[in-house]
Amino acid sequence: MAMEQPLTTNTPMRQATHNPRKRTRWNFKRNWPLHLMLLPSVLLTLLFAYVPMGGIIIAFQDFKPWLGFTGSKWVGWDNFRFMFEYPDSVQVIWNTVLIAAMKIVAGLVAPVVFAILLNEVRNSTFKRFSQTLVYLPHFLSWVVLGGILLDMLSPEGGLINQVLAAVGIEPIFFLGDGDWFRVTVVISDVWKEFGFGTIVFLAALAGINPALYEASEVDGATRLKQTLHITLPALVPMIIVVGTLSLGNILNAGFDQIFNLYNPLVYDKGDIIDTFVYRMGILNGKMSFATAVGLFKSFVAMFLVITAYRMAYKIANYRIF
Amino acid sequence: MYHKTTGYRIFNGFNLFFIAAVSLLCVLPLVHILAVSFSGKAAASANLVTLWPIDFTVDAYTKTFGNSNFLSALWISVQRTVFGTLLSMVLVILTAYPLSKESLNFKGRSLYAWFFIFTMLFSGGLIPSYILIQKLGLINTLWALILPGAVAVWNLILMMNFFRNVPKELEEAAFIDGANHITTLFRIYLPVSMPAIATISLFTMVGQWNSWFDGLIYMNDAAKYPLATLMQTIIVQQDFSNMNVDATQLQNMSQRTVNAAQIFIGALPILLVYPFLQRFFVKGIVLGAVKE
Repeated sequence: MAMEQPLTTNTPMRQATHNPRKRTRWNFKRNWPLHLMLLPSVLLTLLFAYVPMGGIIIAFQDFKPWLGFTGSKWVGWDNFRFMFEYPDSVQVIWNTVLIAAMKIVAGLVAPVVFAILLNEVRNSTFKRFSQTLVYLPHFLSWVVLGGILLDMLSPEGGLINQVLAAVGIEPIFFLGDGDWFRVTVVISDVWKEFGFGTIVFLAALAGINPALYEASEVDGATRLKQTLHITLPALVPMIIVVGTLSLGNILNAGFDQIFNLYNPLVYDKGDIIDTFVYRMGILNGKMSFATAVGLFKSFVAMFLVITAYRMAYKIANYRIF
Repeated sequence: MYHKTTGYRIFNGFNLFFIAAVSLLCVLPLVHILAVSFSGKAAASANLVTLWPIDFTVDAYTKTFGNSNFLSALWISVQRTVFGTLLSMVLVILTAYPLSKESLNFKGRSLYAWFFIFTMLFSGGLIPSYILIQKLGLINTLWALILPGAVAVWNLILMMNFFRNVPKELEEAAFIDGANHITTLFRIYLPVSMPAIATISLFTMVGQWNSWFDGLIYMNDAAKYPLATLMQTIIVQQDFSNMNVDATQLQNMSQRTVNAAQIFIGALPILLVYPFLQRFFVKGIVLGAVKE
């Protein structure tokens, strides 16, 4: 788990001591190909990532496409004020946080439990077979899974409701009732992602020194005791990393999933920031308002992600590059 | 020994059963949809199908492949997957190589790195991106599906981390022999990085194939939709205007089996590359974050 070394420490010593003045020179004679290699990506990123950042100016305007960026009326913070006064957008922010929080908790517990249980399996063929099956849903898109769920969850004879009927439960309109919608969204997200989530935990479990188990066995520990005192503590650093990093997603309740499962019946409890921005901006033409809501989300998310990565680095020495 | 105790044996039995059940639960929905797609329309409409086709027929598939809109959407998806992956991989490799150098040897590296990383943290958002694509005249073109996401920053980080673990001795030897950066990248780095390139290519392919939202917003004309977007509008939004079928034809076929067939065809390429993908992605994830 020791992550990448910090950027500056693994430089070969001789270069640093041999010619200290070298570090301040651009050395174009040798490095020009490096700049050339970066050029296409820099240009594309400038155009498709940085130019739209300039477009956030419309969040402070009453933007009309036919008036353009310069001709549209400047309204200052009005769009943001409207966002916090408009009941729909407040509800949408609350839905987003609630659904995302449930997903984060469930999405952390399920892979940990499954990884520990899978780790108890001794038959490696069985283990590999199980892994093959549980990783699969991660790679299917929410369009495909949305189509499947719409079919299976239908109140008119969908497979799930048939099973419920067999045990005497009335049909449930999973995707048409707000509260059931939230539950369905969380469960189906866990179902899609838990298998993939086990990978990092299985890697951490594989790193446990077998001597720990042997020693505890000599001392008479049961398997349950071993799980509680050896296996679980060994997973804690990875749980902290995954948990902290997922905090950066508290405003990401999963656009693809919600968009493919929701319908006007559940807008009150199932609508999230990203779907709201899409409907307001693209379908209703309220471009400025939608951009303001999106900008609010972007800013909060950036702050959260930076904090999360800093915490992960401080607590568990995790870094991505 | 714990695995000899009765308690552990009981646990083990339950555990195997539980894991088997959960694992099957991950693929049963797919099996169900496959069974529906091969079933007769009457059986499907009457909800008789569970995990095995009833009144086996390939009707739904002949109908699907007989639909010109479906075929053209399939072709657009193939194009975006092939060209999108090629372009993205070229850019990712060309960008990852310079960024894998030490800041000391390559002045400006940190600046470049943050230039790319910042786009992961902050974006202009949906509406400004849409306006940009519109102003560039890319609406309804394949470019709108390929260019905006071509510099995939997360893949860039994976690739860069892999390049950094290539032994420095290889590169130093090449430099002593008079190689420049371009030769070093193509003759040293690329050959030893094939596993990483394969992993990231597969991830990119899956992402391209599954992408549907860009098609929905950047294509005004439904005839230009990639398959994922077409499926989204027909199956999820239940908007049949994009299928060129008249109302009577629609009533004559069980839409449910046709939907199921389309869903399965949409998932099929992923299922086909999955065995290869699985060989690599565990390594790919470990490549990104967890380092021993």
